[in-house]
Amino acid sequence: MISKKIELLVGLFVALGIAALMFLALSVASSGMSGSGETYNLYAKFDNIGGLKVRSSIKVGGVVVGRVEEIKLDTEDYAPVAKLAIDTKYNNFPDTSSLSILTSGLLGEQYLGLEPGFIDETVGILGEGDFIEDTKSALVLEELIGQFLFSQGSE
Amino acid sequence: MDWIQNLGKNTIERFSAIGRASFMLFGAIVAKPNFVKGFPLFTKQVYVIGVLSLVIILVSGLFIGMVLALQGYTVLVDYGAEDSLGQMVSLSLLRELGPVVTALLFAGRAGSALTAEIGLMKATEQLTSLEMMAVDPLRRVIAPRFWAGVFSMPILAMLFSSVGLLGGHLVGVEWLGVDQGSFWSIMQASVEFEGDILNGIIKSIVFAIVVTWIAIFRGYDAIPTSEGISQATTQTVVQSSLAVLGLDFVLTALMFGS
Repeated sequence: MISKKIELLVGLFVALGIAALMFLALSVASSGMSGSGETYNLYAKFDNIGGLKVRSSIKVGGVVVGRVEEIKLDTEDYAPVAKLAIDTKYNNFPDTSSLSILTSGLLGEQYLGLEPGFIDETVGILGEGDFIEDTKSALVLEELIGQFLFSQGSE
Repeated sequence: MDWIQNLGKNTIERFSAIGRASFMLFGAIVAKPNFVKGFPLFTKQVYVIGVLSLVIILVSGLFIGMVLALQGYTVLVDYGAEDSLGQMVSLSLLRELGPVVTALLFAGRAGSALTAEIGLMKATEQLTSLEMMAVDPLRRVIAPRFWAGVFSMPILAMLFSSVGLLGGHLVGVEWLGVDQGSFWSIMQASVEFEGDILNGIIKSIVFAIVVTWIAIFRGYDAIPTSEGISQATTQTVVQSSLAVLGLDFVLTALMFGS
């Protein structure tokens, strides 16, 4: 018969293992399990999404309010359409809000900056499935350099 | 001619060893499970294999995390990218170092002990005595050790990665002054549960099966002399380390390659 002490230590070992898994799952990969709150979907059409990816974050004034859920190409005018999943806590954006693709730092990853617009009685509130009309595309460095060189050359 | 004959002899020996190893594993794990009798044996082996390996795993994990953070910092700071330290430490630990180093340490700490124990049982004819008493040594001796190894190593690997991360945090944030918020948030943004953590666990389960299998078979198949046991122990450590490193390349190519 094995002693109580060994059983206790084995139990402790298994508990430590579960604790390690929880630590890794929850605090190291936070978006893995804890990011499953209630969300609603908005859509936005861009000319060019640059380096935006699925799961890129959407920020209002630097605070993450949601994530990009899907990126696909509109088959009519071949413009990229991003499907955004936004936390239902923030469900009061007017449809004059604008979206722009920004970069965190010089080499950082790209995210969507959402700028809430003005509200008056003619302005509706964005709800499930609406399109955000006012979008600014990603800055593509090569195009920027090209424009700069072009304007230099024409002087 | 001798050369070709030797080659043939070696090949036949290799394959017959693989065959015997497969028969041993098959006999040990394909059987009607008997939880009442089997569970205490299993618990005892989890203690011997897993709990007693905790100290070496935790200490190595801590130091490897600290060294990673220190080395990573000196390179990243040149590019002003020291905020990404958390990402670097966590991805290298979860994807590679956690499973691989745990498996190597496990082979040295627990695998060699398993081989020596079973080899000595064979040399002192305890296994034969068990058979005389109509107790199947495969199920009584081999099976609990195998399952305990397969069960313990993923837990050890996860603990290794967690402790390594804490070590990296200790050096990176507390000592070198990387911003705590960006250390964790960039890590969280880049680590995926399925892509990184789950694949690391799958890796460590595969390594666990391979290392425990080799250790048990080398002991079970040892030449029953003191010299044979010492040879078998050496072979366990060498072969399982090589198998882990080779398999790691294959698994990495499959998981993160494309």
